[in-house]
Amino acid sequence: MTITINVNGSGHQVEASPETPLLYVLREDLRLNGPKYGCGLGQCGACTVQIDGKAAFSCVTPIAAIAGRSVVTVEGLAPKGEMNMLQQAFLTEQAAQCGYCIAGMIMRAQALLDEIPQPDEKTIRRHMQPNLCRCGTHMRILRAIRRAAAPNASHLA
Amino acid sequence: MSCADPSRRQILAGGGLLVTFTFAARALGQLAGGGEGGGGSKVKRPDLLGSLKSTPRLDAWIHIAPDGRVTVFSGKVELGQGIRTALLQVAAEELDLPPARITFFTADTDRTPDEGLTAGSHSMQDGGSALANAGANVRMLLIRAAAAQWRLPREKLATDGHGNVVGPGGLNAGYGSLAATLSLRVEARPDALRRDPASYRTLGRNLPRVDIPDKLTGGQSYVQDMRTPGMLHARVIRGPSYGTRLVRPKLAEAGRMPGVVAIVQDGNFAAVVAEREWQAIQAMRVAQASDYVRTIPGLPVEDGPHRLQKLEKREIQVLDTHDPAPGAIHRSQGSYSRPWYSHASIGPSCAVALFRDGTLTIWSHSQGVFDMHRATAELVRLPPEKVRVIHTPGSGCYGQNGADDVTAEAGLLAMALPGRPVRLQWMREQEFGWEPCGCAMVTKVDAAVGADRKISYWNYEVWSNSHNMRPVEAGGYAVAQELLPGFAKQTPKPISMPEGDGDRNANPLYVFRNMNVRYHFIPEMPMRVSALRSLGAHLNIFTLESTLDDLARGIGEDPLAFRLAHMEDVRAREVMIRAAHEFGWANRPRGDGRRGCGMAFGRYKNIGAYCAIAMEIEVERETGVITVHRVHAAVDAGQPATPDGIRNQVEGGIIQSLSWAMFESVTYDDSKRTSFDWGSYPISRFSDIPGEIAVHIMQRSGTPFLGAGETSQGPASAALANAIADATGVRLRDMPLTPDKLKAAIGLAG
Repeated sequence: MTITINVNGSGHQVEASPETPLLYVLREDLRLNGPKYGCGLGQCGACTVQIDGKAAFSCVTPIAAIAGRSVVTVEGLAPKGEMNMLQQAFLTEQAAQCGYCIAGMIMRAQALLDEIPQPDEKTIRRHMQPNLCRCGTHMRILRAIRRAAAPNASHLA
Repeated sequence: MSCADPSRRQILAGGGLLVTFTFAARALGQLAGGGEGGGGSKVKRPDLLGSLKSTPRLDAWIHIAPDGRVTVFSGKVELGQGIRTALLQVAAEELDLPPARITFFTADTDRTPDEGLTAGSHSMQDGGSALANAGANVRMLLIRAAAAQWRLPREKLATDGHGNVVGPGGLNAGYGSLAATLSLRVEARPDALRRDPASYRTLGRNLPRVDIPDKLTGGQSYVQDMRTPGMLHARVIRGPSYGTRLVRPKLAEAGRMPGVVAIVQDGNFAAVVAEREWQAIQAMRVAQASDYVRTIPGLPVEDGPHRLQKLEKREIQVLDTHDPAPGAIHRSQGSYSRPWYSHASIGPSCAVALFRDGTLTIWSHSQGVFDMHRATAELVRLPPEKVRVIHTPGSGCYGQNGADDVTAEAGLLAMALPGRPVRLQWMREQEFGWEPCGCAMVTKVDAAVGADRKISYWNYEVWSNSHNMRPVEAGGYAVAQELLPGFAKQTPKPISMPEGDGDRNANPLYVFRNMNVRYHFIPEMPMRVSALRSLGAHLNIFTLESTLDDLARGIGEDPLAFRLAHMEDVRAREVMIRAAHEFGWANRPRGDGRRGCGMAFGRYKNIGAYCAIAMEIEVERETGVITVHRVHAAVDAGQPATPDGIRNQVEGGIIQSLSWAMFESVTYDDSKRTSFDWGSYPISRFSDIPGEIAVHIMQRSGTPFLGAGETSQGPASAALANAIADATGVRLRDMPLTPDKLKAAIGLAG
């Protein structure tokens, strides 16, 4: 079936069976690299995107459930070649090792900062709980989120 | 779905659904083992440093075009450890160029030096030393060329950091014009002058990692992100885990699914290839709806790791020393173990392969593309020169996960579908089920302190499989035994000391009297295993450092003082003292039933980086749940390339090691592994991460590089066990140190 989806601010018509997970449409049809296949079970968060501003697992979200809703991937956070404040904070903190989880981490963290601009440590950790990192980059990810959340974030860099 | 694709028509022609292809088995002698057990290349110039020994010619490493463009080649690969940036810094420093001026190529079997595996914390020691000395050689040749041109003594000339040789009176010549007058088709000299550490412009500074920006913005960073014209998607059709086979996979049914281009089958190997990825997954699921049978002996449900002690062993005597010593005043005995671990990569393994015009090209995230090149050529029956393997980063692997297998399998599929690129990714459950696990191990120690408060004897045994089953021949791949006719399994071999595998770090760096250390090498593998970050060093350091702690506690000695009393290596002493100082060891909170502190030390392989860790934890006695409050580590990695890169590796190593120590264990029943997702194989999540981790890097400017990527694995787990002992008085010896075990132990102790 043909489905119209809104991704990173623009509409796209895609041909896919309705149960197709959003992840595969984003990666194959829209050629986006940010959302990653990690488990296909909503357990690791590598596929995290925002759907209507909330962090969501694109690997278990059927495309049929997306019609009329707005999807944002890491590619949609800033114009091409630029970074938003959170991405910039990840860069400053060098918050990646292999980096396979990182786009998902950023999308989940951004959803938190959009809702609570200055979350405390406990809130950040609780919010990030669904996303796994195997390299052990957690301390840096937390630092990057705190940096982006600090009121004078730009002065810390 | 369109049927117009010619390859589909061909393959499905005549109503025959299954494409069957066979490869005859062909014997190939095992290649000589390198330090970490890979194929390795031959040493030609033992007088040179690092990988220059096997690839001495300068033009293999460095090109300088007449317009001054500089290209550097390395056989080491980016695994997320930041090595690309660190090696770039090394080359930039010795060539005396800004890093941004260098185009940098890493492992590609057609164009870079064969540096064997990127493993075992060897990259800085081997690859870094090679690039440093190749760079120094090239800079020396450029200065000499300018000296000849200007008829000046070389001592009067210098490089300016921007790609020019400069001399008195404003003399100036660019590298490009100088390089045009000389040939780099010469072998390196061992005595080329390295740059003075006091005037380093790049080395030792925190250069931001070159690969990170793309990873933050959705750039094409991974082999998983590759999209080439006409690319097909493949999934393998398999039983639940290694050592099983599906009884009646529904291949015909899968072949009729939308988008399916081919079902490729050979013996018990089968895969579905489809136009789109989700179609391949759906068809794979249809095909896998079958019973399975076990094809090799059952898994060790009753014994766990202790099964190793019942199997036939080969004895390796690691140490046997005899000294006079006073009688024992305190003794520590115990058996320690760790279970089988998963590498647990976040992204399941993936490779893209294309067979065209008689050449097979594979994009792979293997740590050993040079071994893949030879072993895959054997598997697909092509001469090695017709197989090219190009390293392309993937999700972190931490050893041999599914990366090598998927490389070979993508190669097989591409051979069946000439002209079409095939992208194969394993599913989450296939990665957990089929990858080689990290080895389970058992150790046994009996040690005592004499009246002089020093260790008087040290009896130590370790039981382990080979940690080195990386394929160096076709038989090393899991798929090799599925094919018909198949290939015989690669023979398990231990890695000899000083690297060691099961016995890695079983030789204490401490000075003990009367040491007897034996490695019971077990060839038979109850579970498929291979390399996992730090190999046997993890349990050996865990055992050694737990025992030291136990002995110190037993005689009422401070654990730091007790260690220092047995350590003569100055740098080892200094990292211990630094970690203790930064942590505030002298004024630490003393174990009170809930809170406690522990420390541990290790020098990786006794030849790599030094690492000391101190840790403060809290135990919830009612539940046995452990919270790690703060961790301080001190690391001596010799001359650091990027100090922040070492910090990143050590922070990550601590978190990963704590995850191994507290949570992880591959589960199984008699017929299959039962860890198949993140619910059945939990690893640390944000709630489990220490409150604070601080990594302190020792200043060792100008000293040789010491690999640091694995140095914290042993000490972090050991410091945790020692902190638990300090907090609760109980010594846990069998990892994982779960809340249930701790609660039970506290109950018994109380």
